[in-house]
Formats: sequence, structure tokens, C-alpha cells
Amino acid sequence: MDLQDLWFVLISVLFIGFFFLEGFDYGVGILLPFLGKTDTQRRVIINTIGPFWDANEVWMITAGGALFAAFPHWYATLFSGFYLALGLILFSLIERGVAFEFRSKQDDPRWRSVWDWAIFFGSAIPALLWGVAFGNLVQGTPINAEMIFTGNFFDLLSPYTLVCGLASFTIFTLHGAIFISLRTTGQMEQKAQSTASRLWPVAVGVSALLAVANYAYIDIFTKIGVNPGIMPVASAAALLSVGYFLRNRQHGWAFAMMGATILLSVATFFWFLYPNVMVSSTDAAYNLTVDNASSSDYTLKVMSVIALTVVPIVILYQGWTYWIFRKRLLDDAKALEY
Amino acid sequence: MEALDLARLQFAATTVYHFFFVPLTLGLSILIAIMQTIHYRTQNPVYDRMARFWGKLFLINFAMGVVTGIVLEFQFGMNWSEYSRFMGDIFGAPLAIEALVAFFLESTFLGVWIFGRDKLPRGLHLASIWLVAFGANISALWILIANSFMQQPVGYTIRNGRAEMTDFFALITNPNVRVQFPHVFTSGMATAAFFVLGISAWHLLRNTKQRDFFMRSFRLASVYGIIAIVLVIMVGHSQAQHMVEVQPMKMAAAEGLFESEDPASLSLFTIGDWEQREEVFSIRIPRALSLLSYNRLDGEVRGIHDLQAEYEEKYGEGVSYIPPVALSYWSFRAMVGAGFAMLGLAGIALYMTVRNRFNAPGWFYKVLVAALLLPYIANTTGWLLTEVGRQPWIVFGLQLTADAVSPNVSLGMVATTLIAFVLVYGALMVVDVYLLAKFGRKGPEPAEAEDTDQSQPAVTTAHV
Repeated sequence: MDLQDLWFVLISVLFIGFFFLEGFDYGVGILLPFLGKTDTQRRVIINTIGPFWDANEVWMITAGGALFAAFPHWYATLFSGFYLALGLILFSLIERGVAFEFRSKQDDPRWRSVWDWAIFFGSAIPALLWGVAFGNLVQGTPINAEMIFTGNFFDLLSPYTLVCGLASFTIFTLHGAIFISLRTTGQMEQKAQSTASRLWPVAVGVSALLAVANYAYIDIFTKIGVNPGIMPVASAAALLSVGYFLRNRQHGWAFAMMGATILLSVATFFWFLYPNVMVSSTDAAYNLTVDNASSSDYTLKVMSVIALTVVPIVILYQGWTYWIFRKRLLDDAKALEY
Repeated sequence: MEALDLARLQFAATTVYHFFFVPLTLGLSILIAIMQTIHYRTQNPVYDRMARFWGKLFLINFAMGVVTGIVLEFQFGMNWSEYSRFMGDIFGAPLAIEALVAFFLESTFLGVWIFGRDKLPRGLHLASIWLVAFGANISALWILIANSFMQQPVGYTIRNGRAEMTDFFALITNPNVRVQFPHVFTSGMATAAFFVLGISAWHLLRNTKQRDFFMRSFRLASVYGIIAIVLVIMVGHSQAQHMVEVQPMKMAAAEGLFESEDPASLSLFTIGDWEQREEVFSIRIPRALSLLSYNRLDGEVRGIHDLQAEYEEKYGEGVSYIPPVALSYWSFRAMVGAGFAMLGLAGIALYMTVRNRFNAPGWFYKVLVAALLLPYIANTTGWLLTEVGRQPWIVFGLQLTADAVSPNVSLGMVATTLIAFVLVYGALMVVDVYLLAKFGRKGPEPAEAEDTDQSQPAVTTAHV
């Protein structure tokens, strides 16, 4: 495997980590106003991700940095091209991040409600837009011979990309519901369980729609034929098994299978995309590929050594934090704030 | 007005805003770790309360630093795509490493520190705040490695119209980062010291119930502060000498030195016709600039006009290689002025600590409260000089800022995000200052009650 391919895989891994971890964070944020009817309930919901969300978000920052370092043209074309969409994501993340910290600092229902809705929109908008953005990478956007995006914000919204956005939104919401059910007890646990059971058919429906849309709108049909191969099929199977585990009240398994669904579908996405990194709808000759968008071999070598050393260590200590905070949160927990 | 102008304004505004929060995170994380270490060693509960109280203010500030930092990483690609293409090999690498080795550490262990207080062994909980402090300051190192290349490119070659890395070791040992990182690191310490001194002074002035608590905080901060500010000034001096060597134009602008001089005099106060690039009125100390630049009483310091002629020959005619002189000149003076004012105040604070005399006149405490702003002035103007003084280059000698902007991002698009930034950042600054003031005034939890929050009545202090 040459260095460009290795980095394409590493970027995929970072995005898988990001969508797996931030996926349930976004889901928890989306469900916050609906599952939490009292202030204590809302605090419990926020605290399910309290110790984790910031470190989870670093997966996105790392993916962005790695894109910049390994594929500067991909980073430059994507970020300047999707300017307003990324601006929306940025403002969402700003509001959401401070809301987690600020909401408890004033004992006033209006104050708290403002920050709760900031958490909701700050989670919902990125959950939707990341799907839209990824849809655009495979479907193609107007890019000229100089690798410059020539479209506008509304070019990013097409039936296909909207289905992608809807899919990421519903998958993350379901993921969040199952996560809450694992981190709480009593009434909140039950509420999260029944929400997950009701969300699951919706997620299956939207995913089926996405599967059809993949054949209708992008070039996978010509690329790989009718039989999509093992990864997407396994991804679908994982999502279907989530329903089974939810019915049998095996929520740990349901969560693991959600993880498998996200891992496999993001991997499928990158597999569809390869060797392109951004498709040009203007002319296929202008596609950004792993070869024409990458850094020099020297930079890739240096970064490979560092990434392959550090990422496993990060996974270890980050995993350890989930172990130390594995205890479920009680409904009537007193000192939930800090 | 072009998209380029707005993109510059937006980058300047969002970066300056981000750097309101960063230095306090850098310095206060260490100070809190020290407080918690003292508690770990001595078991004196007041130091536990100290780590908690200053920790609460730390977290409010930290949140702002985190969310405004993401903006910067995105913005290189969003507004400066040609820069990103040209510099990706070299600039992207330290940015990615920063996230990998620093942000993960900092954010993971911050979560552990906040939520693990009663769940973890004490030693492990103490280790977590030290890891936060380490992660935060290491992140500063990596971003400054990236920034140093923009000031002084090293370890690269130009191939296919792009800067490509040829020597990673040269990149991370850039002579510029060896002076820049210590300066930023100690500035963070000084910022934290004056933050703690200012809030402690407010309580000592009002003789609140927590007198003992704030006297001890004051003592700790005065020692921390004097070490910091002395180092800031010493390193800053080396940094300026380094600047004379590798970025003489920036120094000439910072000194308002239009014509080369040997020996060079130091301007104390200059009124210039900045447009015509002439000096109108100036108070100067003979030979002092030579002394500062070279540690001897003579030596030529080159002026703006000579450097312009030299750069025209080297980089091509038709471009003004002169940065905004007035802004550079006054930024430099504001930074140095604020720094020396901090040195004086930290000296007096240390004297009070050593003599154990906290009966200073009220006005002195008031001055210390106001002095909370000094590190913010120094930090901001320091970066303005660093970045504005490098113009018209975005990467010194390699790429002009005008060539770095995204060609496809229109004036309207930048205006849209800029207006949104002004509104959102403005509102958040109000909330941030309000919360810091609220909890700063409230003081620590009383010594007896271990039971925190929840049961407490709503506090409605006056708005700031």
C-alpha cells in the first residue's frame, strides 16, 4: 500500500471514530428537550456525555488537521467550497460547547432553557449537515480544473444529499437514545429504551431510502455493479439486528451493533469514494484523487510515524475514561453539576 | 472593499478573540495543578477549596477557548484555501500533531478531572489536572511551531509551486519557536497570576469573609507572577533581537524607524506622518536601539526605506513590503508598557507577600483589580505586532497574504459569516464576563459545607 492509500484509510478511521463517538453525543443533544421534562432529568441526560463530549469532538478536529496535513487540496477545496455549510456547523458547535458549561451557572428556568435549545440546535444542525457534506463528496460538486469549487450553497442541497443528511440525523439520534439507555437507570432508562424502539424503524426506513438513492444518484452502479459487496450488506444486517436486540432488551448489544452500523457504513462510503476524494460534476478529469490532492511523500512519512504511534495510545486512554465512568447515573442524583 | 479585506478582518477578529481565552488556560491550569499538589502534600483543606474555586473560573474560560479554537482550524481552509494548498505539507502537519498529542490529552483528562473528583484515587485525580496543563501548553508549542514557519521558513523546498517539507527536525527546532514559545508560555503564567491577583485584591479590598483564602491565593499568585513576568521580559528581549536579525522590517515598523541609523536611537514617542512615511516629531534615546538590538552601543539598525529598496531587489518591484507602521509601532509600545507595568505591580505584590503585610492602601488593591486587563492588552498587542508586522507576507518571503485568500469565497459570503461572528462572539463575551464576575465575586464555597450547589438559592448579583 502506498502512503496516499494509507492516509486515505487513516482519514477514514478518524471519521469513523468521529461519527461513532460524536454520533451519540449529537443524538443525546437532539433528544435532550424531548426526553428531559424536568431540570434534573435534563441534567442527567447531559451528564451521560459530560465527561466525554469534548474529547469526542477532538476526533473531528484531528480529522480536519489530518486532512490538511495529508491532503491539502482536499482540505482547501472542501472547506472553501462548502463555506457557508461549514460556517453553520461552526456556529452550531460554538453554541453547543459553551452551553454544556454555561447552563448550570444560573438557577433560572429561562436561562437554562436557552442553553438547552442551544444544545439541541448545536447537535441537530451538524448531525444533518455532516451527512449532506459527505453526500456531496460522492455525488460530485462543480469543481474546475484548478481544483476550485465553482458552485454555491444551494448546489449542495440535492435530493440525494438531503437523504444522506436525513440518514446521518436519524442514525445519530437512535445511537444517542441507546447510549442514554445504557448510562441511566429507572424512568430515564425506560424512556430512552422506548424512544430507541420507536426510532429504529425510522432509521431502517431512511437507510433503505439511502440504499436506493445510492443506485439512483451516484455512480456506484457503473463502478461496482448490482451486488454491493460484503461491507454495505453487513452494515444493513447490523442495523437490522439492532431492532432484534432492542426487542430483547439487550441494550449493550444494540449499542455495539449501532457502532458496527456506523463503522461499516462510513467505511462503505469511503470505499465508494476511492480513489477520488472529491468528485467534480463539471468534468471527471477534474476529480480530486488520493494522488493529485496529497502532500509530499516526506510529510506523509513523518505523519505516518506519528499517527500510527499516537492514535493507539489515544484510543487506550480515551477508552479507559469510559471504563472509569461506566456507572449509570441515578435519576435523583444530587451533585450532578460541577 | 474586497473579499480579501474582510477575510483579513475576520481572521484577525476571530484569532484575537480566541487568544483572549488561551493564555489564561495555559497559565491557570498550571497554577491550579500547583494548588492541588500543595493540598495533596499538606492535606490543608484550604488548598482544595482553592483548586475548586479557581477551577470553576478556569472551566468557564476553558469552554470559550475550545469553541473559538475550532473556528481557526476551519478558517485556514475556508478563507485561505490558496495558503492551505501552498502550505499544507508544512502547516497541516503540526496542526494535526497538535490535535493528536495535545487536544486529546487535554480534553480527555479535563473530563476525568471534572467528573472524577470523588470517583478516583487522589493521586490519579491530581495527575489528571497536570495532564490537562501539559496538554494545553504542548498544544501551544505545536501551533507556535506552525506559526514560526510563517515568520521564518526553515526545512523546506519549493516544488511545483508549493512549499514542501524536507526536514521535520528543522521545522520543530525553528530558531524562531525557541524564543516564541517561552514568551507565550510565560505570558500565560503572567496572565493567570494577574487574574488571581486581581480577583483576590477585590476580596481583600472589601474584607470579605474569605480573607484568609484570598491572602493565600494572593501569595501564591505573586510568586508565580514575578517569576513569569521577569521571564516574559527577558525572553521578549531575546525575541526582539531575533526579530532584528530575521525580520528587520517588522522591527523597523515596530520602532517607527524610517531611515537606517548607526548607532540607532530608541524612540520613546514618535508622531509620524505614517502615510508619507516620515517622522514628524520624536523623543529618542541615543544609541539605545543599537544597545537593545546587539547588546553594544553601536551597530546599524536598518530603516524602512532601505529595507523596501532591498526587498524590491530581492522579491520584485511593484509591491510595498512595508507593514502598517502606526499599528506595529503602537502595538509594540502597548505590549512593552503593559509588561513593565505588570513587572512593577508584581514586584509590590511580592513585597507584600514576603513581608506578610496585607494592609496596603485601598487604591493599590483597586489598581490590581484594574490590572487584570494588562495581560490581555499585552497578549493582544503582542500578536498584532507579530502578525501585522509580517505583512504583506502571510509566509515571510514565500507567499503574499493577497495571494493566499480563497478565490471562490465572495465578499457577501465573508460578510455573512463576519456579521454572524460579531453577533455571536459579542453575546458570548457578555455572558463570559458576567459569569466570571459573578463567580469571582461570590468567592469559594464556605469551608464547612462540603455539600455543593443544587440546594443553594439563586444568586442575583448586579450585572457587570
